[in-house]
Amino acid sequence: MSDPVPFRPFVAGTQPPLDHAAYGSTHLRHPKRALRRLPQTVSETTGPHFAPALFPAIGDLTKQAAGAPLGERIIVGGRVTDEDGRPVPNTMIEVWQANAAGRYAHPRDTHDAPADPNFPGEGRVFTDADGHYRFVSIKPGAYPWRNHHNAWRPVHIHFSLFGSGFAQRLITQMYFPGDPLLALDPIYHGVADAGARDRLVSRFDLDLTEPEWALGYRFDIVLRGRGATPFEDGGHH
Amino acid sequence: MPVATASQTIGPYWHLIEHAEMADLTRFGPGEEMGERITVTGRITDGAGAPVSDAAVEIWQASPPPDDRFPGYGRCATDGEGRFRFVTLRPEPVPGLGNQTQAPHLSIVLLARGLMTALRTRLYFAGEALNETDPLLASIEDPAERATLVAQPAGPGTWTLDIRLQGEGETVFLEV
Ligand SMILES: [Fe+3]
Repeated sequence: MSDPVPFRPFVAGTQPPLDHAAYGSTHLRHPKRALRRLPQTVSETTGPHFAPALFPAIGDLTKQAAGAPLGERIIVGGRVTDEDGRPVPNTMIEVWQANAAGRYAHPRDTHDAPADPNFPGEGRVFTDADGHYRFVSIKPGAYPWRNHHNAWRPVHIHFSLFGSGFAQRLITQMYFPGDPLLALDPIYHGVADAGARDRLVSRFDLDLTEPEWALGYRFDIVLRGRGATPFEDGGHH
Repeated sequence: MPVATASQTIGPYWHLIEHAEMADLTRFGPGEEMGERITVTGRITDGAGAPVSDAAVEIWQASPPPDDRFPGYGRCATDGEGRFRFVTLRPEPVPGLGNQTQAPHLSIVLLARGLMTALRTRLYFAGEALNETDPLLASIEDPAERATLVAQPAGPGTWTLDIRLQGEGETVFLEV
């Protein structure tokens, strides 16, 4: 039996470190020993099976309760591809976010901002055959956190993706263009590479916008590609 | 060429996507022939020995082969003591690279506030003969380090493995 084709290593600087001094919660939670390199086997190159019927989609976060949530309605869409530009079809995407006032429907969120009983803040969609996804929500609010004096998280939506192999598992956050808090956020700046940081920021997209109804934001997501790159073949990347 | 999207922390409020039943991988009723039901438990602590009470613990197993009734994947929120608990099917050995065979194991991904990227490790089962020749276990020279990957029996059909994120007894974490 031939070996499975592994996913490529990440490009240096494009993923955040586990130890990041500016983000206080990393201090006691990052391993001190170097990670042990594990050659990818079937355990890394294959992944979960989610029957869509058993993991029902929640494609409209504004319709999860009796009434409409307060806030600015938005449409978020994009495409999930791998590093070779191939679409990642039929993959599950989970999203979650704060309400328009910057508060999560979560018992541990004690931010003094109004709760919104009409906004549980959970979504789940699958990409189509071409890797596209789309959901409807409201624009979340910024919220304070206690990392440092006067710390505020930029407006963001959390994303969870599975891809086609467990080594592609990705948890990330989508940000909004023009947010002044991005310049100050240690989590966003945990990514050293400026281009990689910038790709976490969605783009306002008039084509996704629906007239008289909601603004559209595009967020494309790239999962690890499989196989060696030409650079790595040459051994001088 | 496009570059993989950066990871960001799952944060302290990921429970909005938590569904307690996801910790039971057998909830869709896999057939008896697929394997033995087991319970896997453990506790996660940080560099100060404090429980990690806001983590998402994920398991994935390529064996038995996932199908509509067995997703092969489960997720569990740690409780106030940092504990997690899964019900799943006991994995069988799976192929390694070349002619190697890997001992039965679960892949584990840890996600939490303070983890900018997922932490990955594995859970093996004590007493399994193939552990002696498993490529990963055999590559770890220090028995104490190796032991951080091996769950111990804790009652009928139950296995337990504690996970230390940092410091004394730190778990072996993997880069894949
Ligand atoms: Fe958040």
